[in-house]
Amino acid sequence: MKEALDQWDFVLAAYAVGIFGTLAMIGWSWVEMRRAEMRRDKARGR
Amino acid sequence: MHGFANPKRFLSIARWLTPLLLAAGMLLTGVALTWGFFFVPPDRLMGETVRILFLHVPTAWLGMGGWTAIAVASVVFLVWRHPLASLAARAAAVPGFVFTALCLITGSIWGRPTWGTWWVWDGRLTSMLVLLFLYAAYIALAQAAEREGVSPRIPAIFGLLGAINIPIINRSVVWWNLLHQPPSITMGKSAIDAEFLGPLLLSVAGFSLIFGAVVLMRMRALLAIIQAEARLRRRANEVAG
Repeated sequence: MKEALDQWDFVLAAYAVGIFGTLAMIGWSWVEMRRAEMRRDKARGR
Repeated sequence: MHGFANPKRFLSIARWLTPLLLAAGMLLTGVALTWGFFFVPPDRLMGETVRILFLHVPTAWLGMGGWTAIAVASVVFLVWRHPLASLAARAAAVPGFVFTALCLITGSIWGRPTWGTWWVWDGRLTSMLVLLFLYAAYIALAQAAEREGVSPRIPAIFGLLGAINIPIINRSVVWWNLLHQPPSITMGKSAIDAEFLGPLLLSVAGFSLIFGAVVLMRMRALLAIIQAEARLRRRANEVAG
């Protein structure tokens, strides 16, 4: 029996995972960088 | 090259380069994915799922590119002892891991309607999965080395040894020609139709710029942590002295 798969469901899932994963990585890296740089500036007494 | 290994000079460049790479990367990637999602016609064989390749191919290349960057930075660290090279290798590991994971997930999603299966122990898929495990091991090793005060040469040597997997991934579709198709783009020629090649190359360029921006962000974070700790240690010594 042949399965009836809607290819668009797979395209949407791949785009959702790819875009969310990339944005999450950018956001996490940005927050880590800002937090570390603020801590360094605080340690320097700025 | 020695000039760029100076943390002060690195920071003066990274401060303006990070937002520039990030903005350009997000713009190019946004245009490429919009183009690929809405304006590219369905492929004769793959149908609509061809659109997944605009995500899958760049993440695959950057998964391999990330480990190549780790290997190059490790050589620079081991030979010239540039501390920034060690930071660059560590900074490339997380985006490399994320892009390898995205490559495997999007490939699996593509494989279900195209091959009829989510996963197969094909040479290319298996060697990419090995790369994901290598990234996880490298990240854990680099963190443990820092925490335990072990020489950063150990993760650098691991980074070099792990590079053996890169040519294996690259040649896997030729050596074990199972389900994954052979290379579509080789040096100087492409088997991909121009309608698909445009958004694909744009997507590769965009994701590469994002990768560069993330590496810079993570290098800046690692450098700031080292500088803050050094400052606090110096202050503690002054108080004790």
